[in-house]
Amino acid sequence: MSDEKLDLLQGTLDLMVLQTLATMGEQHGYGIARRIEQISGDQILLNQGTIYASLVRLLQRGWIDAEWGFSDNNRKAKFYSITKRGRKQLKEDAAYWRRLAAVMGRMLEMQGTGNME
Amino acid sequence: MKDGWLQRLARRVGAFFRKDSLDGDLDAEMASHLEMAIDENLRHGMTPEEAGRMAMVRFGGVQQAREKQREARGLPFLDVLGQDLRYTVRTLGRDAGFTAVAVLILALGIGANVAVFSVVNTILLRPLPFPESQQLVWIAPPPTKCGLSCATYSSDAYEEFVAATKSYDGVTGYMAFTGPDNYRLTGRGEPVPATGIEVISNFFQVLGVQPLMGRLFTPQESRAGAHPVALLEYAYWKRQFAGDPGIVGKEIDLTGTPTTVVGVLPESFDFGAFYSPGERVDLLVPLDLDKERMWGNIIAMTARMKPGVALGQAQAEANIVVPKLCWNNKYPQSCGSYVHKHGTSMLVRTLKDYVSGRLRQSLIVLWAAVGMILLIACVNLSNLLLARAAARGKEFAMRSALGASRGRMVRQLMTESLILSAGGAVLGFVLAWGLVLWLAHQGSLALPLLSTLRIDGQALGWTVLIAIVAALLFGLMPGLRMASGNLIETLKDSGHGSSAGRKHEAVRTALVITEVALACVLLVGAGLLLRSFMKVMDIDLGFEPDQAASMRVEYDDTAPTDDAREVKRGEIFQQVIARVSALPGVEAAGIVDYLPLGANRAWGAPVPQGKTFPEGALPGPLVYVCTPGYMRAMGMRLHGRDFDWSDGPKSQEVVIINAAAARTYWPGEDAVGKVLMNGKDELHVIGVVDDVHASSVEAEKGWQIYYSAMQNGPNDAQLVIRSRVAPASLAGSVLRTLRELNPNQPAVEFQPIRTIVDRAVSPRRFFMLLVGIFAGLGLLLASLGIYGVIAYGVTRQTQEIGIRMALGATRGRVQRTVLGRTLGMVLLGIVVGTVASFAAARMIASLLFGTEPTDPVTYLGMIALLIAVALLAGYLPARRASRIDPLVALRTN
Repeated sequence: MSDEKLDLLQGTLDLMVLQTLATMGEQHGYGIARRIEQISGDQILLNQGTIYASLVRLLQRGWIDAEWGFSDNNRKAKFYSITKRGRKQLKEDAAYWRRLAAVMGRMLEMQGTGNME
Repeated sequence: MKDGWLQRLARRVGAFFRKDSLDGDLDAEMASHLEMAIDENLRHGMTPEEAGRMAMVRFGGVQQAREKQREARGLPFLDVLGQDLRYTVRTLGRDAGFTAVAVLILALGIGANVAVFSVVNTILLRPLPFPESQQLVWIAPPPTKCGLSCATYSSDAYEEFVAATKSYDGVTGYMAFTGPDNYRLTGRGEPVPATGIEVISNFFQVLGVQPLMGRLFTPQESRAGAHPVALLEYAYWKRQFAGDPGIVGKEIDLTGTPTTVVGVLPESFDFGAFYSPGERVDLLVPLDLDKERMWGNIIAMTARMKPGVALGQAQAEANIVVPKLCWNNKYPQSCGSYVHKHGTSMLVRTLKDYVSGRLRQSLIVLWAAVGMILLIACVNLSNLLLARAAARGKEFAMRSALGASRGRMVRQLMTESLILSAGGAVLGFVLAWGLVLWLAHQGSLALPLLSTLRIDGQALGWTVLIAIVAALLFGLMPGLRMASGNLIETLKDSGHGSSAGRKHEAVRTALVITEVALACVLLVGAGLLLRSFMKVMDIDLGFEPDQAASMRVEYDDTAPTDDAREVKRGEIFQQVIARVSALPGVEAAGIVDYLPLGANRAWGAPVPQGKTFPEGALPGPLVYVCTPGYMRAMGMRLHGRDFDWSDGPKSQEVVIINAAAARTYWPGEDAVGKVLMNGKDELHVIGVVDDVHASSVEAEKGWQIYYSAMQNGPNDAQLVIRSRVAPASLAGSVLRTLRELNPNQPAVEFQPIRTIVDRAVSPRRFFMLLVGIFAGLGLLLASLGIYGVIAYGVTRQTQEIGIRMALGATRGRVQRTVLGRTLGMVLLGIVVGTVASFAAARMIASLLFGTEPTDPVTYLGMIALLIAVALLAGYLPARRASRIDPLVALRTN
């Protein structure tokens, strides 16, 4: 395991996929994986293949849709798009993550000055 | 959110079944992914090789991605199960011998359990097949020595009870004094006998039985002068009338009376199954309460309590009503005669309790015995699997080394157990099916509801349940042990004489000891029941059932006056007996109205001349009306003289009493020649006969009094014949003789008296046989277990035995060592089993007859049998051990 790259927390990949689709619109698996890598500045340890488990999970929950189509250089690929329910879920999850991140931030900025009484 | 969860499950199940197409989809998707990645890498100036390699690196394992996606989309549990199943079928198929033995053992255990469950369910657990059957009650005086007459009520008492009680929606009853073949069906070839029961007209309405065709009786049909009608039982309609769909409304000729069939009863109703187990009932006719008003106690009462009325309330009401009941309203002194001085006078119990209550304990014992069989079968299988585990240790160590998790291996082993169990269950279910089918057609087995016995959904559910429980029982321990083995040790272990192997064997020995102990308990139970049965068969019945047979005789009993009727009857009977006695092979013949162990009746007790007894000290004796020759034909032992053809209406009235009555009437004196007073009538005692078991083989003998058929009216006429040849061979000639005398004589069954006794003891024989079979099965399984462990020990110690023989141990010594080990194991099991047996035997004490629960013969027999079987099971491996060639044993490993 790499020391430099971040291990993905459970469930975070799903959220990243949703956010990617929400901002980029219709996209195929490779495109989503590349996009996540670019945004994270290659800081995340992502085996691109794992994206497909995440995609099928989101499909089954009805948060995304899939359709076969053709890529820019005319390759057959499956294109995914976020659904209405997916957007709602994304909003909820994003709010959750922001709150968690804020709390974590505050926790970690805590100074060791006061008495612990 | 709930519906989202359901949707997801549905999608997963869908995905599980569309695996191939989804896999193809994914493969195409991943292929295009990689191509796009290669395209991009090439654009960045990589060489084609480098571009392909980097694309694969970034993708990170196609197979892994595929597995992960499958796990996310489908039912990974089922996928694993599928793999386990395929693997199991392969391994079991490779070891066909083991599989066959395991499935057979389980099939026997499960089959016996399902069959017994069906019996228990039918007789004990399931409610009677009537609507709201828990509201149905049986109303009768508590059992006494005077038979059916003291268990029934008169017409007047019945009517008063109906009027005086408020607890019931309906009270009904039937005529309890009906012998088999009491009707004659004519007009369809030669006359054939039929058994009909007279029931009060509301009988089926109270029970809640709807006819299959036609209608039930109406109250008018039970009045005098009404046109005779009958309801047919389903089986009789099928058999006698070939299931004629147009039977309703047709007239049939019953004993010379044209009778209209008003309906056919449903298949689920069988009068005999509820009220007279082991006997066949063909049709039902309405009971005329007026006609039978003067006959005394004839009605067996059944009622339906109103909804919400509890048994206790009905009982309390009965206690209040009983003193008001009169045996006959014309005789005020007979009012209150149903009151018992001590205890309850009228017992209200649920019909279910009446029908099957007395079998409760026997059935529970049977259930426990069969449960023990299953336990022994499981222990045996556990043992077999452990032996297999030892052989397969390396296979599992290898799988573990290759990355199989412990949970996964336990799961795989449990799958194996479940598959074996399922195989056993399927075979066992078929076995049980056959057994139950056979049992349901044992018409002469006097168990209630037997004809309704069948394998049903509940039995199937029970099969599945015990199959799963059995799999858990026998599979879990070996599974856990196998999966928990030390990997390195096992891989290194050569399998001979290692400590792990020894630990294995200790567990297996403990299992065999358990098995022997369980077999012990079964053997003791079976032994005690067998001893009881033998004691019952040894009972002096007071008559000789072998070489005797009976046949119901039809005769014309119409005459203008009582005296004329008695004279005419005497002439007919004398002629019948003379003709039948003249048949070659016939030793003696006589006629009686009730045979022993069947129906009976009691009259008021006569009093010895010149003596007074306190009221209630003389119980009503059972009354039999018979002809000369009957006692000899029946093989009864008579002191004094038999009746004579001259004991007719003109001569003095004579009786024969039994020894028990004689002892009470004239203690220490000879009763012959003494006189009994029946009101103003003198009854001259001409003989004393040894006590006969009249109402039951096992119950105490009561008082019996025999009257001459030419001085009193018999209720029926059963011709009894004693023969030198097999009674069955006389059937044709006797019937021909009866036909010559009376062309209307129906072709009734010629019944060996032995079959009457057999039917009476059939429940005891049935339970004894079943428990005996189970004990035998238990013994067989236990000996298999002993053999398995000892044989495995010998194989494991081949080398050691070889060394010892090389060092000078003789063959005999080696054999003795092995046998000694066997004996030690079995003795330990016997000790444990004997202690358990003492406890178990105490619980079945009430089922025993003339046998103590601690009966030493049974225990010693059990110990001897077990040791003999154990020695046999140990002998084969011991012989093999003594034949080991030290040279070969030391060389091979």
